[in-house]
Amino acid sequence: MVSRLSFLGVIARVFMWAFLLGLAVVVVYPLLWMVINGFKTNAELFGNPFALPVDWSFDNYRKAWNRGVSDYLTTSVLVTVTSTIATVFVSAWAAYGLTRVDIPLNRTVTALILGGLMLAPTVALVPLVKMFQAMGLYNSFWALLILYTAFRIPFTTFLIRAYMIDLPREVDEAAEMDGAGRWTAFWRITLPMCKPIITSTVLLHILFAWNEYLFAMVFTSGSGVQTLPVGLTSLMSKHGTEFPVVFAGMVIAAVPVVLLFFLGQRYIVRGLADGIGK
Amino acid sequence: MPVRAIVRRTLGLAWVVPALVLVGVFVYLPLVQNLQFSTLEWDIYSGSQEYIGLDNYRKLLDDPVFWTSFGNNLLYAVISIAFQVFGALVLAALIESIRSERWRRGLRAVYFLPSAISLTVAGLLFYFLYEPNLGPLNHLLRSAGLGELAQAWLGQESTAMTAIIAMSQWQGFGYSTLLFAVAIQRIPADVYGAAAIDGVGPVGRFVHVTLPLVREMTGLMAIVTVSGAFQVFNEVMVMTGGGPNNSTQVLGTWLYRSGFVRNNFGYAAAIATVLFVITLGIALLQLWFTRRRRVEW
Repeated sequence: MVSRLSFLGVIARVFMWAFLLGLAVVVVYPLLWMVINGFKTNAELFGNPFALPVDWSFDNYRKAWNRGVSDYLTTSVLVTVTSTIATVFVSAWAAYGLTRVDIPLNRTVTALILGGLMLAPTVALVPLVKMFQAMGLYNSFWALLILYTAFRIPFTTFLIRAYMIDLPREVDEAAEMDGAGRWTAFWRITLPMCKPIITSTVLLHILFAWNEYLFAMVFTSGSGVQTLPVGLTSLMSKHGTEFPVVFAGMVIAAVPVVLLFFLGQRYIVRGLADGIGK
Repeated sequence: MPVRAIVRRTLGLAWVVPALVLVGVFVYLPLVQNLQFSTLEWDIYSGSQEYIGLDNYRKLLDDPVFWTSFGNNLLYAVISIAFQVFGALVLAALIESIRSERWRRGLRAVYFLPSAISLTVAGLLFYFLYEPNLGPLNHLLRSAGLGELAQAWLGQESTAMTAIIAMSQWQGFGYSTLLFAVAIQRIPADVYGAAAIDGVGPVGRFVHVTLPLVREMTGLMAIVTVSGAFQVFNEVMVMTGGGPNNSTQVLGTWLYRSGFVRNNFGYAAAIATVLFVITLGIALLQLWFTRRRRVEW
């Protein structure tokens, strides 16, 4: 009886591992294929899609870089960095105000800011285009900075606020007794205590801003203000016959966030889990 | 004195004003404007605006592409629930049953990998995988002797939508698996220990212990997944642009096309209102769900 059970157990284990590893191959192979294709010539790509390149040259990467990817990358970095800073600070201020400062209409303000979580960006698209055209900010870096900040404030505030609520109050009360103002207490005491959740929100915002497509596509048309996701599609339409160059561009776009994920995995997982489950 | 106190309290608002202004002007205001826009016949070139009441909504109901789009969003939601909620839950339970911590962590990270890269990169990648001539998918079918199954996956109405949705499952299942894994880890170990002593097998443990204890997470994931399915835009835009013959349009891309390609802002705004009602409804459901859970605990 015992041996029959364990025999079944072994069979089940073999199936489970075959399934898990098979799935890993399904996930990894397309990514690997993408990286390998970035090294191929066009003829090689059209020959046998599974073959390795004869000559591993960085030619395609160089071409991609010179055909706009360097510009897209610069814009992406700029938009990502500035909107991350803006979003996290504005959200941390708001979270502090909502949890530590006695403000009028606290519940209403909380509901208003967090309520933004419920609204899909697509819904606001048409009026936003009109609005940014009227402000003369359409097709500019500022459009993306403002939109990425405004639309991520609710989520970011939500995470930081939930974290601040659980922090002990005694420390900042003590600081106030010492005559430190609110402003000092925020920067010197509360914010440093929030480091783990700040790290999470920074990483999640970087992932968002780096990969965002809807706003980037609708609000930027000229090169020079296009981010990588939009730039890649124009690389595709402009040099659509030189597929290996497009693959090289895709790899350039993917590598930074993949690295970021592996480095900050712990914080990203925590932020995602708190964001959905709290 | 009370005046000073009031002033002091009001000054405290400075902490939340930046957030309030940004969200108010760029998130809430457009929403209200959208409702107004949806009642206009609006020609961008002549700039003429004419109030036409609910005519845009009437047109919507008679528009076959609108219904195709709606159906595609619905299909997206159903398939995503199957793979990214129930599939991911089972997968997470399998992973968490592995003894080696290193393998658990490694598999979770590998499965999540596609979620870290952008939908644009993933969409372009699958565009090439599906490509009829150089794509590995058709090559694989041919070398397996299934050459008659090789086809232009994104180029024909019968397969294009399914092909896009399949890509999206590949891209997104690791994300929900990760979240389910976190939820399963939060189940106290002694609950499983007790079940093991009672002679409950692995399947029984999954059904009687894991499933009930991650019920909340499952509900939340289902809601989030359906909401996401109605906001699909990026992958469709990159892979087919809504074609062939509008067969892969979703509400988001049809809104974009109506407004910015066919220059009918009023009509696009009406589609946006429909999207608004759907996503808000789902969000309120989520709110009710989390509230109820909090009361239960």
